[in-house]
Amino acid sequence: MHKNEKIGYDRREFLKGGTAIAAATAAGVLSPTGIALAQQAKLRVGLMLPYTGTYTPLGVAITNGFKLAVQERGGKLGGREIEYFVVDDESNPAKAPENTNKLIQRDKVDVVIGTVHSGVALGMAKVVRETGVIWINPNAGADEVTGPLCAPNIFRTSFSNWQNTYALGKVVKQRGHKTAVFITHKYAAGEQMMSSFKDAFEKEGGKLVKELYLPFPQVEFQALLTEIASIKPDAVVAFFSGGAAVKFIKDYQAAGLKGKIPLYGPGFLTDGVLEEVGDAAEGMETTLHYADGLDTKKDKAFRLAYVKAYKLQPDVFAVQGYDAGQLLAAGLDAVKGNVGDKAGMIKGMEAAKIDSPRGAFTLSKAHNPVQDIYLRKVVGKQNKVMSVAAKALADPARGCKA
Amino acid sequence: MDFAFFLIQLLNGLQYGLLLFLVASGLTLIFGIMGIVNLAHGSFYMVGAYLAWSLSSLTGSLTAAILLAVPLTVMLGMGLERLLFRHLYRRDHLYQVLLTYGLILVFEELRSVLWGDDTHGVAVPALLSYSIPLTDNLSYPVYRLAISGVCLLLAAALYFLIQKTRLGMMIRAGASNRDMVQSLGIDIKLIYTLVFALGIALAAFAGMINAPLSSVFPNMGSQVLIICFVVVVIGGIGSVKGAMVASLMIGLADTFGQVLVPEVAGMIVYVLMAVVLVWRPEGLFGRG
Repeated sequence: MHKNEKIGYDRREFLKGGTAIAAATAAGVLSPTGIALAQQAKLRVGLMLPYTGTYTPLGVAITNGFKLAVQERGGKLGGREIEYFVVDDESNPAKAPENTNKLIQRDKVDVVIGTVHSGVALGMAKVVRETGVIWINPNAGADEVTGPLCAPNIFRTSFSNWQNTYALGKVVKQRGHKTAVFITHKYAAGEQMMSSFKDAFEKEGGKLVKELYLPFPQVEFQALLTEIASIKPDAVVAFFSGGAAVKFIKDYQAAGLKGKIPLYGPGFLTDGVLEEVGDAAEGMETTLHYADGLDTKKDKAFRLAYVKAYKLQPDVFAVQGYDAGQLLAAGLDAVKGNVGDKAGMIKGMEAAKIDSPRGAFTLSKAHNPVQDIYLRKVVGKQNKVMSVAAKALADPARGCKA
Repeated sequence: MDFAFFLIQLLNGLQYGLLLFLVASGLTLIFGIMGIVNLAHGSFYMVGAYLAWSLSSLTGSLTAAILLAVPLTVMLGMGLERLLFRHLYRRDHLYQVLLTYGLILVFEELRSVLWGDDTHGVAVPALLSYSIPLTDNLSYPVYRLAISGVCLLLAAALYFLIQKTRLGMMIRAGASNRDMVQSLGIDIKLIYTLVFALGIALAAFAGMINAPLSSVFPNMGSQVLIICFVVVVIGGIGSVKGAMVASLMIGLADTFGQVLVPEVAGMIVYVLMAVVLVWRPEGLFGRG
């Protein structure tokens, strides 16, 4: 692998030199000499993901998924080999513009893939809007990315925060619950999910009686659980993820609330934590754009290939990374690998129907997946699919003017 | 909120405060007696939690894990004191900050190499794994009450050790004048080693007994570290009594803040700290 990269580098240097002589200019870039040369050069893909810190497993899953999509196409997209440029964004929003610039200015990448943390994604959005580089966001759900910050070169293959809890609002009302309490960390993702749940739940005639917030990243829930018991709502909806989700689900059971007040949430609450929470999550219902036991041909093939390649079970993040690869492939196929034809590439991506393990999806005008949201139930150690909670749900893209 | 729920919230606040005390007491001891600013205190809390997790999954019992892990952390503390901290007592605080910040990075990396980056849960010991019903829909986990009991016992033991024993007298003397104590023929180096190890063991022990409640995850130490510094600053640097009072104040402020003014709950403990510092810049029980 390393050797190959070295050869590729030398060839590019050689090409650069040749171009420079031909054009008699010191600024020997590839594009002036035309498509033929450019297509032989490797496609420069920047991966800006968390490879240290809490979100490391997510960054790794996305990377694995993306590379799997490339491998399935013989290691090439649009007929061109790939050269990766990797930056660890450390989930640090303060460094986001600098890290994005590193990829775009220093490494001169053709496309940026990233990231997990919404704060970092907002920083990336600023830079890619200024530079016009194509950006595919394989996770961060901040509504703004395909809302006020939307742009022709900005794409997302995951979800918007709005989507999953909007579908959940209907489900909770359909279960016959009239009142609900929403509990989450006090930060943008939590507030966005809360507000779309509230929209849907109250539109159906329910009443969100209380919004409970915990300062991020605290996990001392006892006071808020006591408050929930004193309010006695029909249902509780929670958004936490990772370690906080494990602790919340366990504390909910220990406080005796499980079985008395049903607990719902977006799927992030029960994804990747079921090994740790034991039976405390059993029977919980959540909504997400992916689920266990979808049992489609595509999903089965994907899971098998993923396990074979990485000796790991894929999760929703791997799917999102895989689809980022598929979306990029669609764009490059449309222009036969000529990445200079940005408009054509964007058109190709907009028109693509992505054959995702989660189920095929297309993109909305603001470039967010128009996708089915599944209702899942925790059975054993799996988030088993029960039904489709919302069919082809499109984010409203509030504030998107592009 | 009716009266019953008010009482339960009071209990929540006290219980959270006692837990904070357990972590903060080690920090204030090392800070006050040895003059060391130990930014790595949270890392020792994390080490304790990860030890509790890995040893309890090996032995199948949290109690056994704690019995094994406490001597390990005492040795870790003594080793670090001899190798590193000993050379910095007379240096400026900046050197200690640099060293202990470096230790945070080293411990995070070691944790990543040894134990990975995943979140893990630790089972509550079967004996304590039930809840007492308080109202028709709320129960109180017995393990939380047990932890509060352990915290109270340790607080009493610390008080006894420092105020009533000969060793405690030497520790207090060493804190106020190291050279004088040494010239009286007391092995001050040994005492410092012991105090440091005790502080580290307290932090690690807090991580261990809290592991079933907090779960075990990367960077868990930094969350604890910040709130502990708030406790130490409010209570007065070096005062164990102050740490106790400040912990309970913060526990209560945080608990009622979350319920009564959820919008600004994250700020309340810091506002409390600011108010105390304006009123008493040296902290509640500081020596000024």
